[in-house]
Amino acid sequence: MPGLEDLYREIILDHYRTPRNRGELAPPAVKAEGHNPLCGDEIQVYIDVADGIVRDVKISGQGCSISQSSASMMSAAVKGKSIDDIRNLVRRFKHMMSIEEEGNDSPIDESQSLGDLEALQGVVKFPVRIKCAVLSWNTLLDALNNA
Amino acid sequence: MSFDAALLKKDFPLLQRIINDKPLVYLDSANTSQKPQQVIDSMSHFMETSYAPINRSAYQLAAESTDAFENARSMCRTFINAPHTNEIIFTKNTTEALNLVAQSWGGANLRAGDVVVLTHMEHHANIVPWHMLVQSHGIQLRWVPLTSDGQLDLTNLDELLKGAKIFSFTAMSNVLGTLTPVKQLCAAAHGAGAIAVVDGCQYVPHNVTDVIAWDADFLTFSSHKMCGPSGIGVLWGREELLNAMPPFMGGGNMIGDVRLDGFTCAELPAKFEAGTPPITEVIGLGAAISYLTAIGMDNIRQHEKETITYALSALNERYGKDITIHGPTDPEVRGTALSFKFKDVHPHDLSQVLDQSNICVRAGHHCAKPLMRLLGANATARASFYLYNSLDDVDALVNALEGAGDLFSL
Ligand SMILES: Cc1ncc(COP(=O)(O)O)c(C=O)c1O
Repeated sequence: MPGLEDLYREIILDHYRTPRNRGELAPPAVKAEGHNPLCGDEIQVYIDVADGIVRDVKISGQGCSISQSSASMMSAAVKGKSIDDIRNLVRRFKHMMSIEEEGNDSPIDESQSLGDLEALQGVVKFPVRIKCAVLSWNTLLDALNNA
Repeated sequence: MSFDAALLKKDFPLLQRIINDKPLVYLDSANTSQKPQQVIDSMSHFMETSYAPINRSAYQLAAESTDAFENARSMCRTFINAPHTNEIIFTKNTTEALNLVAQSWGGANLRAGDVVVLTHMEHHANIVPWHMLVQSHGIQLRWVPLTSDGQLDLTNLDELLKGAKIFSFTAMSNVLGTLTPVKQLCAAAHGAGAIAVVDGCQYVPHNVTDVIAWDADFLTFSSHKMCGPSGIGVLWGREELLNAMPPFMGGGNMIGDVRLDGFTCAELPAKFEAGTPPITEVIGLGAAISYLTAIGMDNIRQHEKETITYALSALNERYGKDITIHGPTDPEVRGTALSFKFKDVHPHDLSQVLDQSNICVRAGHHCAKPLMRLLGANATARASFYLYNSLDDVDALVNALEGAGDLFSL
């Protein structure tokens, strides 16, 4: 059985205790909401998009250490990036969580390091928690689709 | 007989499992209970020797199967002290039983503006079927509020019930553990001219149930929470109500006659049992009732009262301000579902840490989101105890919580 240290890496706990980019953005920023119906976790993702670039991102809501730290790391990773780069990142992250995009078998560009996000790799060993880790990412996709 | 949970645990093969060199501590029986060997054996024995269609065929084997099936129905009658065996309707579970009442009784008797009263501590199974009638029939819902210690606040009950057609409530909260004053609630419903629907899903597995003493109109419960198999549940209803209701689902078994221009219904209980039922599961439910009855429901309740008393004081003594236990503090008015908040640790994380010690608790909203909002939580951790949980299991929980706080301290 994988140990707790595989799941709760120090960097994850750090993002959980000190979440980055907490807060809200006023319209015209786009807001999307995500729920995990199983456990009641709720998250709101706000993005401010201009010229195809996510200029700012904020996260609010409540959840467990995995969903909160994943959201925090995500916010840090996407801020200032182009929508195309972000979509690619979402795909890579979900791939790491062993979730593949249906009907898309184009190769995944893994040339760049995922940085802090790699700490979440241990989550795959705890399949129940994968949903927690990807909640904010799916919510981000919703926001991008509405931007 | 003196009650020995550790001895009873030996009847449950799954609870003998050792995972990573540690025994299993199963504290999720409010979710679903484990099954004793007696139930498992009764089901395999039935399939090996007597399995055949019921109510349909003339041969000896089918008669045996039908007898065993109907015997289980009669055991259900005795178990809840229902007046008549034909008032026991087999359903899939409590959820289906409540939907049956809402769709059949509610669909036939409720009009736009009619009032259904529920409480703030209901499971989604006793909320959504009524919301569906709000949408389809334009009925109105009223909610009995809660006191700060998680009991029903009955101060304005008569006012809330004024003009109501149905009062549907749980006999025990699956989140707070609260035991509600069922008899008093039934009387209040009747006083207002409403019928009383009792969700016994959490109550029936743990207590002596007597629908006559309660003077209830309907009762629902699920086999899987009372040592029986999943896939089978019970609706009990007063004969005259059931007789006056339209059928719920149509198909085989529920008909008197079928012609090109229509159909007539069978008598009770077949009228509400369309299609082939889960035959083996009904046999298993019967075996579960025998098992529980032999131990004695009053003994089980007594054991659980001792367990919850011990758990409340052990957790509070050890963790003081670090733990918030939801629901009543008085074991007289609570069963063994124990929801709590521990420091700032999210219930998912808590459950993950406890899982390292093979302690199974539920983390989530427990299908009671309106109640969770009232508690100001998206989720809670819930430990729940049953006849096979000894005080050692409580100690295991208390000890395993120790590490959780350190890991996540903010
Ligand atoms: C109070 C209460 N009512 C209804 C239900 C629904 O039961 P089932 O899922 O067996 O239909 C539950 C199950 O958790 C419950 O606790």
